[in-house]
Amino acid sequence: MYQFSGKLKTFSLALILVGLVGIGYGFYSAPKTVEEAKEIISHQEAHGDSHATSHEEVKVDEHHSSEAVETHGAVAETHASADAHGEHHDDAHAEHVLHQLKNKPWSALYVSLFFFLGITLLVLAFYAIQRVAQAGWSILLFRVMEAITANLVPTSIVMLIVIGSAVMHWNHMFPWMAEGTFDPTSPNYDPIIDGKSWWINLPGWAIRSVVYLAIWNAYRWFIRRNSIKEDTVNDNHKTYKLSYNVSVGFIFLFMITETLMSWDWIMGLDPHWFSTLFGWYVLASLLVSALTVIAFVTIYLRSKGALPGVNDSHIHDLAKYMFGFSIFWTYLWFAQFMLIWYADIPEETTYFAMRFNEYNLPFLAMVVMNFVFPILLLLNSDFKSIPWFVVIGGVVILLGHYIDIFVMVMPATVGAQWSFGIPEIGSLLFFLGIFIYATFSAFAKANPIPTGNPFLEESEHYHYYNIEHRGEGSGDHH
Amino acid sequence: MSHYEAPIREPLVLGDKSYHDITEDIAKPIEGAANKNWYIAFYISLAGMLWGFGCIFYTVGTGIGVWGLNKNIGWAWDITNFVWWVGIGHAGTLISAVLLLFRQKWRMAINRSAEAMTIFAVFQAGLFPIIHMGRPWNGYWVLPMPNQFGSLWVNFNSPLLWDVFAISTYLSVSLVFWWTGLLPDFAMIRDRAVKPFQKKIYALLSFGWSGRAKDWQRFEEVSLVLAGLATPLVLSVHTIVSMDFATSINPGWHSTIFPPYFVAGAIFSGFAMVQTLLGIMRKVTNLEDYITRMHIEYMNMVIILTGGIVAVAYATEFFIAWYTGSPYENYTYLSVGAATGPYAWAFWSLIIFNIITPQLLWIKKFRRSFIITFIISIAINIGMWFERFDIIAIVLSKGHLPSTWWRFEPTFVDVGIFVGTIGFFGVLFLLYARTFPVIAQAEVKTILKSSGEFYKKRREQGIPTKPAINVANAAGTTDKSNKE
Repeated sequence: MYQFSGKLKTFSLALILVGLVGIGYGFYSAPKTVEEAKEIISHQEAHGDSHATSHEEVKVDEHHSSEAVETHGAVAETHASADAHGEHHDDAHAEHVLHQLKNKPWSALYVSLFFFLGITLLVLAFYAIQRVAQAGWSILLFRVMEAITANLVPTSIVMLIVIGSAVMHWNHMFPWMAEGTFDPTSPNYDPIIDGKSWWINLPGWAIRSVVYLAIWNAYRWFIRRNSIKEDTVNDNHKTYKLSYNVSVGFIFLFMITETLMSWDWIMGLDPHWFSTLFGWYVLASLLVSALTVIAFVTIYLRSKGALPGVNDSHIHDLAKYMFGFSIFWTYLWFAQFMLIWYADIPEETTYFAMRFNEYNLPFLAMVVMNFVFPILLLLNSDFKSIPWFVVIGGVVILLGHYIDIFVMVMPATVGAQWSFGIPEIGSLLFFLGIFIYATFSAFAKANPIPTGNPFLEESEHYHYYNIEHRGEGSGDHH
Repeated sequence: MSHYEAPIREPLVLGDKSYHDITEDIAKPIEGAANKNWYIAFYISLAGMLWGFGCIFYTVGTGIGVWGLNKNIGWAWDITNFVWWVGIGHAGTLISAVLLLFRQKWRMAINRSAEAMTIFAVFQAGLFPIIHMGRPWNGYWVLPMPNQFGSLWVNFNSPLLWDVFAISTYLSVSLVFWWTGLLPDFAMIRDRAVKPFQKKIYALLSFGWSGRAKDWQRFEEVSLVLAGLATPLVLSVHTIVSMDFATSINPGWHSTIFPPYFVAGAIFSGFAMVQTLLGIMRKVTNLEDYITRMHIEYMNMVIILTGGIVAVAYATEFFIAWYTGSPYENYTYLSVGAATGPYAWAFWSLIIFNIITPQLLWIKKFRRSFIITFIISIAINIGMWFERFDIIAIVLSKGHLPSTWWRFEPTFVDVGIFVGTIGFFGVLFLLYARTFPVIAQAEVKTILKSSGEFYKKRREQGIPTKPAINVANAAGTTDKSNKE
């Protein structure tokens, strides 16, 4: 049995505390009034901040083109007249910026939350796939994956809080939640969003969100319990087969809930924009991160001697998945980007125009980090079985996919007002702390080897043909 | 200890087979004479092929106007058939490459025929981009070659040009991958041949394969590298085919999900075709011990999975078409307009054959039934043809301008060419089944002792299996995990 060391526990709690301070600072330093926002704008302009200068045209441009194209004259005109009158425009602009600045601490929290929640969810999905595929190599990693999925509970709770706060209108992350969006008499009326109100509406959104979380957590609760039960029961694989069947059902539901979740939680941040590929694109991003996290936790636990039997071939397989799904992510990223760039239909192009103009560096850097780096680093078969190599590759992959989520969320919520500072780092540390605490305390609670799995012996004998086993866990050579 | 396999896994080779039995079983159809049924099937296919060729010559000689196309619907059966055939081809590469990467041993009994299917299907697909040209004799202009028009080159921005590269690369890589795998098997036929002419032919085909350890080592490396290359290739080929539509601005075509959705559909339809072909083949060539119920069930599982992905994509298309708020999206291939318009029959064929019928495979009894599998596989082949037809024809029939709304009616030439490609495919596949080892014997021999029924039973009973012929076992494998 693994012992969750006091040192690591303290470390994770420290991360949570430091993270909380960072998050709190973010909320504390956000402006509360238009005056404060104006002050910040003038401050930015005085310093010739490139964000502030380029921001105006781009944001306004983006805002209008989508509406103008859909020929909803009324709204476009209101804004156009606002543009015409300088003074009026300043106020409108300041209010706009105020909203974006108010969104900043929320978005910082949301990006990290979605990143960690999504990774945990995809670890769960990968685990279900391993069960359904009757994989023979990965059985020794089952407890690692199960332990990571323990993080689903706390992240789901934070997600519920965020959902609740959105319902209570404590934040403006989802523009369609603003007052008057669906009210034709309101100056905020948005006919495009109103046309989608059958799907985009607060009760529907909240109920759906809760349902996704409930389905995922239910499976996670069930499969963890059943998996531990498999260890001791001797019932001719009855428990194992039940786990199998439930996992099939979960994958079925997962495919649907994941797609809907990505529309509700991410695509809904840009309610005028749409892309049919989006759900799978989010999936690919989270999947490759999830595999990296599995590899990290495995490598760490193995180095502590907590995973007897896990050898370099297992690491090699994980690294192969990291490599393969990095390319798969790139494939989907490119498919989505290229098709929209190629056809250049205005209501779709605004999405990338905004990201190219205001998020140029992260947008392009993420492609390098998520594609170029892994493909060069992890192509070599020998490298894939060297833990420190996998860790280096994995750190870049994880950072790259954090940026990916960042670039999905931030342009919609804070626009040009983005930065990477204390609130963002604080959120990351907060969720990292929760992740470490949840994962390792869960791992310490069960036998690290799932002794009842009928494929366990295959996993223990697993040896990829050209891998030379070295270091920890390689004593058991076949 | 030889390779360990969990007892819970079902055997992949049935009966008490030795290495020699495998050789005998696989060589038998090649070494024996064809029976009457083979000739009947062959002549029917040949007739279809010749009829199709006649239609092609008629088209090229007279003009594309003999087809049912009109000025609004410029693509219909031609590109439908093209995408259909390319899609079918994809299962072959999936089985030989992707399943190799995932170390699926059950792939070994079906990869050879699936690859053959790929190659013959790509042949059929390759006909359409040429014959649907108005001036096919200028077809070579699609190649970026230095020329006397001041080196007039192609525009690399067109997905139709990417198609040229994708399909030709796909065909060449598939062919090389297939042929490499065939070397040890051709050598086996060569070594058994008694007639000098036959020996000569298989000696030529097997490139002097002698099965040395170093050769096998290289062979495995090459297989793995080719599998690693063929996997992104297979994804990109159908992706590029999908971009013929997705890069456009037609509502119903312009959709970012097309690349992965077309690929999933290709695997879906390709596996259905493998089921159709192998369902017959395992019977007529007496290979039931190798292509077992388990194989059929595994393939059905892949069909459920990819069918599910396709269904999610349909739902996504349907939802986002509404979500866009664009009124034009209401006439596209998966919309309320399509379900009730003049092509409703095509729309509902798609839904019934592709989405509803395959759900029967969730039931284990059906999944393991040869007859039901065969029927469902035919249904999917039809359904996936309708998917492509719907995407192409329904979208084109109702574009942005109502004054351009028109219908498509195929002529006998449209139908004749399609029938011709089916005939051509049949001819090639029937000839293949008589002259090529339809199962990769070298590969199946590597799993005999770990996954053969006889050996599994003995292990279970605790009886030590014969310590025989380990030398041969160490040689013939592309599945690396076998060797411990």
